[in-house]
Amino acid sequence: MLGIALLVFREVLEAALIVTIVAAATRGVPRRAAFVGGGIALGVAGAIVVAICMGFIEGSLGGIGPEVFNAAVLLAAVVMLGWHVTWMSSHGKEMVQQMHRVTDSVKAGSSSIAILLAVVALAVLREGSEIVLFLYGMAAGGAGELGFLTGVPLGLAGGVAVGFALYFGLLRIPIRHFFSATNWMLVVLAAGLASSAAGFLIQANVLPAWGNQLWDTSWLLTNGSIVGQAVHILTGYEARPAGMQLVFWVVTFAILAAGMGVISLRVTAQRKRVKPASQRVSDGPAAATRGA
Amino acid sequence: MRRWLLMKMVAFAGGLVIWAAAGAAAMPEFHLVLKDQKFEPATLKVPADTKFKVLVTNRNPAPSEFESTDFNREKIVLPNSTVTVFIGPLGKGTYKFFDDFHQSTTGSLVVE
Repeated sequence: MLGIALLVFREVLEAALIVTIVAAATRGVPRRAAFVGGGIALGVAGAIVVAICMGFIEGSLGGIGPEVFNAAVLLAAVVMLGWHVTWMSSHGKEMVQQMHRVTDSVKAGSSSIAILLAVVALAVLREGSEIVLFLYGMAAGGAGELGFLTGVPLGLAGGVAVGFALYFGLLRIPIRHFFSATNWMLVVLAAGLASSAAGFLIQANVLPAWGNQLWDTSWLLTNGSIVGQAVHILTGYEARPAGMQLVFWVVTFAILAAGMGVISLRVTAQRKRVKPASQRVSDGPAAATRGA
Repeated sequence: MRRWLLMKMVAFAGGLVIWAAAGAAAMPEFHLVLKDQKFEPATLKVPADTKFKVLVTNRNPAPSEFESTDFNREKIVLPNSTVTVFIGPLGKGTYKFFDDFHQSTTGSLVVE
């Protein structure tokens, strides 16, 4: 029972942390709960399909199908997160303003939230397919009904609880800094996912390792521990990273940080140019009244 | 423009796969069998500073996940199937691995 609970907890935790950051990053977006819920539902359905197709995936591409599949899912999530943060950096300020004026129709966020629905779905799909295969094995191995009926809900509840704890922790960030904080978290998350993708491609011998174990900080925090696993998901932490993983991390971080920076600069510049014009427009009627 | 970029990416990925396949041909190969929730052999001796591959066969009725945090690998192995995992080059030492779906099933890699 404990074994079932623990494995379910660890896999749910990984997905829950990603879902939590996405949920926080879309604060104030209308129908957010429906989108996040929809993403989770899609992910669960996808996880079952992936688990059923695992035999095919295992045998495909000369045996490296699973690694290529995992890397593709991770990199797809990286691209979507990248799109979201660059988009957000141009719309985030509007969203903050709109959150203060609740009666206004909030349009910001709705075009990017579909992308984040996909990120949620991919995160749930990847971790969920492992849970499905594990539970199938437990059932085949004759694990008792009691083990399932207590272990699965216990592990699920534990993982979800940690997600909620993180969410309410994030809500304590002052609103002025909130979206830049969650955006930076998404950038670091994306960099970590890219590093994990590199890890899979190294395992498949598709990419060279460029230094198999660049350093060893397992004395400080091992990836085998629950905390190590949580930090791994949030930041891509590896106790013994390969050089190529570090390259993927740094390059992803640099591209997304630049994307965020460049676009917000451009928006600021546009605002500066637009502002005098809008002042003229608003001055117009007043001037006319004054004239009359 | 976008299609051109996509084509270049596909060509690049294809090149990598061919290059990887060429490198894999002369690689030392080792075998591990999962049976009755045990690794056979429980201790696998491999050469230091060499890339090698381990073929993991699962003879249990349930899926397993061959995993190691010591050498950073994880791969699901379905019942009655064999997967290939590329490992190393590793420095001398002992590296633990386990079945993530049955945590009490462990083994070690002795690199010498």
